[in-house]
Amino acid sequence: MNVRLYIWQRSTAAVMAPLVLVHIAVIFYATRQGMTAADILARTHGSVVWAAFYGLFVAAASIHASIGIRNILSEWSPLTERRAGQFAIGFGLLLAALGLRAVAAVVLS
Amino acid sequence: MTARHIKHRNSVLWLAAMAHRISGLALAIFLPLHFLALGLAIDGEARLETFLRWSDQPLVKFAEGGLVFLLTVHLLGGLRVLVIENFDWRDGQKQIATVAAALSAIIAFVFLVRVF
Amino acid sequence: MTGTSAELSVSLWRGAQDGRYETYAVPQRESQTVLDVVTFVQRHIDPTLSYRFACRVGVCGSCAMTVNGRPRWTCRTHVSKVADGGRIEIGPLENLPVIKDLTTDMQVFFEKWQEAKGVFAPSQTRQDPIAQIRPDTPVRAAADAAIECINCGVCYAACDTVRWNSDYLGPAALTRAWTLVNDERDAGNTARLQAVAASGGCHACHSHQSCQELCPQTLNPTASIAGLKRRTAAAYLKGEIKPEIKP
Repeated sequence: MNVRLYIWQRSTAAVMAPLVLVHIAVIFYATRQGMTAADILARTHGSVVWAAFYGLFVAAASIHASIGIRNILSEWSPLTERRAGQFAIGFGLLLAALGLRAVAAVVLS
Repeated sequence: MTARHIKHRNSVLWLAAMAHRISGLALAIFLPLHFLALGLAIDGEARLETFLRWSDQPLVKFAEGGLVFLLTVHLLGGLRVLVIENFDWRDGQKQIATVAAALSAIIAFVFLVRVF
Repeated sequence: MTGTSAELSVSLWRGAQDGRYETYAVPQRESQTVLDVVTFVQRHIDPTLSYRFACRVGVCGSCAMTVNGRPRWTCRTHVSKVADGGRIEIGPLENLPVIKDLTTDMQVFFEKWQEAKGVFAPSQTRQDPIAQIRPDTPVRAAADAAIECINCGVCYAACDTVRWNSDYLGPAALTRAWTLVNDERDAGNTARLQAVAASGGCHACHSHQSCQELCPQTLNPTASIAGLKRRTAAAYLKGEIKPEIKP
């Protein structure tokens, strides 16, 4: 961990704090209403707001989780810091790819 | 045998840091699965609907409660770090950490009550 | 003297990095400290026991050992407070190589002190007038709150991040760096902030706060390190420092 990674991790954390609160509210709403897939997709299809919200969330989470994994690997596994960094970047890219695909899946018709 | 024997790790604040790390790891493992599930909607709503109905089972709902717990723990644990690092030192951190743990449990419990 | 025949069962680490705990029977006395117990064993039972002490009164930090799982000053630890049903387990400080029995090699602890640039860098000479430093300015107050470190190694031994990350400079070295960052007379802050912003620097700290819990001088390295995190982040964003960042 160094100052550059630190700034990225803490700033993505700060960005996500309010996003997580909204997400928890969304979870509570959707599960209480017993929403079907059709109900959910009707709300998300073509929505610029949901696209922006979850797009931002995915981007921030990918960076944040990647750096967190890097820390855990370099401290708790025998990997060198360099290898841990490489694995973490790969993991971050995977999250970003799957996440943006999921956002596209629910927003694009 | 090596001289290893540390007992100060029963401090609430050490546990808070550990809960933050473990919950983060668990969420990181969960997240790709979450994205794959949502990605089912690419093929139209039918596949996503099948998945959602599968997830109605009690065991899955219970697991979802666990995930809500992990998310709240990780959020509150992260706020602990952000406050320590960016604001003046405050006393009473152990009490706040204990309240945060209880709050996470309550929120997860409320989630479970609503879905069952 | 009340002459109690009570005995303590004392397990001491014998050997080096590999070794074993050996148990000794030590007479219990009033107001006995853990250092008294170790001294008794060396003087009356086994003269080959190796351990460190100096002042015996809690001002030098030499006698730090792991007592029933916690690193503490043995001269300031009353047996009555820690003896668990008449038993005590005493080992060398963690996170440091063991030389023999209860003594550790503190070289790496002091090397990290240097790496963190925990050394005053003068900005003036003896020809200049003495600097007027007011004790009540915020920066001097911050430095004074962290200045009383006597390098006992308890925080270093307690820190899990030190245990997990061999690059991590540790709470003591970073606390000293923080006091110098707040020293108006110091001229070495660019290099210092650069040193603590690199890999293994202040950003490796996860705020477990074991250091703050256990520091016998009641210092707060967690807070000092948080201060360094703020200063280095600001300096980095302003382009004032360019720490070596390994890939």
